[in-house]
Amino acid sequence: MSEAREEKAASIRHLLETEGDAVAENTQGFNQGRYESVAELEEYEALKDEARAIKEDAIERLPELIDELTETVEANGGTVYLADDAADANRYVREVAAEKEADCLVKSKSMTSEELEVNEALEADGVEVIETDLGEWVLQVAEEAPSHLIAPAIHKSREEIARLFNAQFDPDEPLETAEELTTFAREWLGEHIRDADVGMTGANFITADSGTIVLVTSEGNARKTAVVPDTHVAVAGVEKIVPSVEDVAPFVELIGRSGTGQDITSYVSFLTPPVESPVVDFDEPDVPFDERDDDREFHLVLIDNGRLAMREDEHLRETLYCIRCSACANSCANFQSVGGHAFGGETYTGGIATGWEAGVYGYDSAAEFNDLCTGCSRCVNQCPVKIDIPWINTVVRDRLNREGDDGQFEFVYDELVPDEEPGGVDLQKRLFGNFETLAKLGSATAPLSNWLATLGPVRRGLERVVGVDAGRPLPSFERETLRDWFERRGGHAASRERAAEPRAGRGGHAASKERGDREVVLYPDVYTNYVDVARGKAAVRVLEALGVDVHVPAVPESGRAPLSQGMVATADERASGVYAALAEHLDAGRDVVVIEPSDLAMLHREYERFLPDASYERLRENSYEALEYVYGLLENGADPDALRTGDEEIAYHSHCQQRTLGLAPYTRSVLEHCGYDVVESDVECCGMAGSFGYKSEYYELSMDVGERLADQFTAPETKDRVVVATGTSCGDQLDDLLRRDSRHPLEVLDPATPAY
Amino acid sequence: MSVETGAIVERFETSLAELDVAVTRTRPTAFESTLEEVVREPAVGTPLPFESISLPAWVDVRPTPATLESAATGVTAASFGIADYGSVVLPSTPEGAEQVSLFSELHVPVLRERDLVADVPTAIDRLGPRLRDGESAIVATGPSATADMGALVRGAHGPEAVHVILLEDGEVSDGE
Ligand code: SF4
Repeated sequence: MSEAREEKAASIRHLLETEGDAVAENTQGFNQGRYESVAELEEYEALKDEARAIKEDAIERLPELIDELTETVEANGGTVYLADDAADANRYVREVAAEKEADCLVKSKSMTSEELEVNEALEADGVEVIETDLGEWVLQVAEEAPSHLIAPAIHKSREEIARLFNAQFDPDEPLETAEELTTFAREWLGEHIRDADVGMTGANFITADSGTIVLVTSEGNARKTAVVPDTHVAVAGVEKIVPSVEDVAPFVELIGRSGTGQDITSYVSFLTPPVESPVVDFDEPDVPFDERDDDREFHLVLIDNGRLAMREDEHLRETLYCIRCSACANSCANFQSVGGHAFGGETYTGGIATGWEAGVYGYDSAAEFNDLCTGCSRCVNQCPVKIDIPWINTVVRDRLNREGDDGQFEFVYDELVPDEEPGGVDLQKRLFGNFETLAKLGSATAPLSNWLATLGPVRRGLERVVGVDAGRPLPSFERETLRDWFERRGGHAASRERAAEPRAGRGGHAASKERGDREVVLYPDVYTNYVDVARGKAAVRVLEALGVDVHVPAVPESGRAPLSQGMVATADERASGVYAALAEHLDAGRDVVVIEPSDLAMLHREYERFLPDASYERLRENSYEALEYVYGLLENGADPDALRTGDEEIAYHSHCQQRTLGLAPYTRSVLEHCGYDVVESDVECCGMAGSFGYKSEYYELSMDVGERLADQFTAPETKDRVVVATGTSCGDQLDDLLRRDSRHPLEVLDPATPAY
Repeated sequence: MSVETGAIVERFETSLAELDVAVTRTRPTAFESTLEEVVREPAVGTPLPFESISLPAWVDVRPTPATLESAATGVTAASFGIADYGSVVLPSTPEGAEQVSLFSELHVPVLRERDLVADVPTAIDRLGPRLRDGESAIVATGPSATADMGALVRGAHGPEAVHVILLEDGEVSDGE
C-alpha cells in the first residue's frame, strides 16, 4: 500500500477501535428513531416538499431577505452585522465583549460558532468562554472537536465522560451514572450562566418578517443563555433566514424527527430580541423581576464566509438548504462505523459536510473525507429538504480530480482508460472508473486474466500502485459473455420462440395479444455481461418462462463506475451512449429491464442531469428493475408456476439504491408469491458499495460496515437460510463475510436452477 | 364542551401521556385545590391572564433571582396548547414567565381548554402576528432532557417534570 493510503487506513483503524462502538450505537439509535417517527407523520412527504420550497425561495431571495431582516431587527432595537468571513465576525464579537467589559461569555451549541472558532478569538482577549450544551461542554473539557452535527460528543461513552469529569474536577463522590453526570454539569454550568456577562447562541431559523431567532433544543441551556445575561449575541449563517414566521412550521415537525427521531424537541424557542423577559441579575438577587427596567442589548451577526459564493454555484447552492439535522449522517453506513472525526472536515460532519467544507474552507478540506461517501444514496430520502447529497459529493470529487496533476503513468493509462477526464485523476479512481474497459480485457483473456489476478506479486503490485486491497478476491471474468451466450443460443429469434410456448399454454395467440405481447431489452450491465453471467442467463430464462421475449443488445456501461469516482464528464458521455443504444428499442415499444440496481439508479436519478428532459423521462418510464418487472408480469396474469417455486428459507439483502428507489418490496413479494420464506436485512448498506470495499485504505471500514449485515445473517434464525442479494457488490461482500454463496433472486426463480 | 373540543382535549391528553407528562383537568372553581395537589413548595409564579382564576397567596408571583433559584415549582400561563404534540406555548413576559417556567424542578403550565389547537401549522399561524409585534414564545413539549451523558436523562438545564393544569371551559368568561 502507498504511504498515504497506509496513513489513511491507520487513522480509520484507530477511530474504528476507539470511537466506533459509541458512534455505531448512537447513530443507529437515531436512525431507527427517525424511521419510526416519520412513519407516524402522515404528511411527511408533503412537509419535505414544503420545506424544500421554502428554502429554495429563501436562498433565491437571500439578498433581499438580508435587507428586510436587518430593518426588522433594527426596528426592534437590535443590531445586525453582516460579516464577510470568520475573522470579520470574530472581530465584531470581540468588540461587543470588550464594550461590555465581559469576563465570561456563555454559549449554547452552535456549529456556526465552531466554524468561526470564536471561542479561541475571545479567549485570546481574556474572555472566559463556556459551552453550556452538555455535549459541547464535555468536548470543551476534553479539548476535542465535535463528531456529529447535533450530538457533538456522540463518540464518547458514559464511562469515558465519567473518567474525564472525575479526573478534571475531582468531585467528593466519583461520578458514575448519566444522572449524576448531568446533575454535576447542570450545577457547574448553572454557576457560570449566573455570572455571565454575555450569552451567545446560534439560530436554526431567523424570520425576516419579525426578526425572530428560532432555536431548536432540548436541554434548556439556549433559553438560559439568551435570557439570563443582559446581552445576547446570535451568530448565524445567512442561509438561516426564512421569509416569515409561518415558514418555520414544516421545520418544527421535521427537524426533531429527522435528527434524533424525537417527534419534536423539548423546546422550540421563538425569541424576538431584545426580549421582554427580565435580566436575571444575581448582583441584585432580591429585586423582583417586575420592578426591573432592563435595557437589553441584542446583536445578530450574520455570516457570509463563502455562503454567498455557494449561492452562485449551481451545484453547491443546494447545500445552503441544509438545516443540519444529521439525518444524512445517521443513515450512512460508513458514518455509523467511523463517525465525524473521519467522516468530516474542519467543522462539519457526514455526507453534507462535503458541500459545507468545500464552500466554507475550500476543496482541500473536503478532500480529506469526500471518498467516504460511496454514493449509496441511502441518505437521499432521509433529508428533510431533499438535498441530493451524493451528487454534491460527486461534483466535489470531480472538481478535486481536476485539481490533481500528478500525471504518473499517463502514457500507458490513456490508452487503457478511454475516459473524458483530465490527466489529474488518480490511478485508483481511473481504474475503477473504467471498469468496463478492464472487464472487456479480462473477459477476452480469461481464464489467464483470472489466474494472473490470483498471483501474489500481481496482487501486491495492484495494491501498491493503485490501492486494490490484496485481501479482496477480484472479480473473476467469464470467457463467454452474456451477449455471446445469448447469440449462440439463437439471439432474439430463438428467444421469441421460447417465450411463445408459455404464451400458447395460456390460451394461445389471443391471450398473448391481450397482454400486449411484451418484448424486453435486458440491459447487459458490465458485471452481468462479463463477470456474473449466470444471473443474466437466469434473467433471460425467467422472462421467457413468463412469456416475454428478450433482446440483449450491445449497450455501453451506464456511467455508474466513472461517476462513483467523480468522473462526471465520462458518466455524461456514457448516458448519451446508453440512450442512443436504447432509443430504437424504446421506439419499438420494448421495456428495458435492468438487473443491477446501481445502474437502474443511474437511469432513474442521475440521468436527469445528463439527458434532455424528454429522453430522461422516456427512459425512466420504460425501465424497470428485474424483479419489479417480474412482479408486474405476475400481477397481469403470468403463471408463477412457470418459475422455480419452492419453500426454501431465504435471507434476503436488498441493494441500497434499490431501496432508495422504493423497489425492494417487489423482490420480497415475488419470492413469497413463489412460496419462499423470506427474512430481510435492515442495515443501510453492505459496506462494499461498488468499488469502495476494494480500496485498500477503506478495506477495514468496509468490513466493519459489512459485519453488521453478517451479524444479521448469522443469527440463529437466519444462519441456515439461503443467502440472496440483488446487488453484485453486496453479493461479493456477503460471500467474503459469510463464506456461504449468495445468489441473485433471479437465480432462485430460474426454472433451470436445481434445488439448493 | 363541543364534540370537536372534546376530541382535541383527548388528543392533547394522549400526546402528553406518550411523553409521560402528567395533566390534571379542573374546573375553575377547583383550581386552587388542584394546584395545591400538584405543586411542590416553595413555588413561584407569574400572574395568570385568565379572568375567573388567580394564583393563591402561597405562590410567590413577584419572584426575584434569589426566590427563582430556590423555588421547587414554577407556575405560568400557557397561551395555547398543541394537541398533536402535547406542547404548550409559553409567552415571554416582563414579569419573567420564561424564567419561571425554566428554572424550577417542576413546571406547571396552566392552559385553558379553549386555547388548544390541533396542530403545529395552526399554532404557528397564531404565533405569527404576536412575534411580528415583538413578542417571544417557547413551544415547550415535556421536560428538559439530554442524552449527552450516555443515557436519556430528564432535567438538564430546565425542569425535570412538567404537570399541565387544563382548565375546563365551563362558564369561564374570556379574560382577554
Ligand atoms: S443535508 Fe439534509 S439530512 Fe443532511 S444534515 Fe442537512 S438537512 Fe439534514
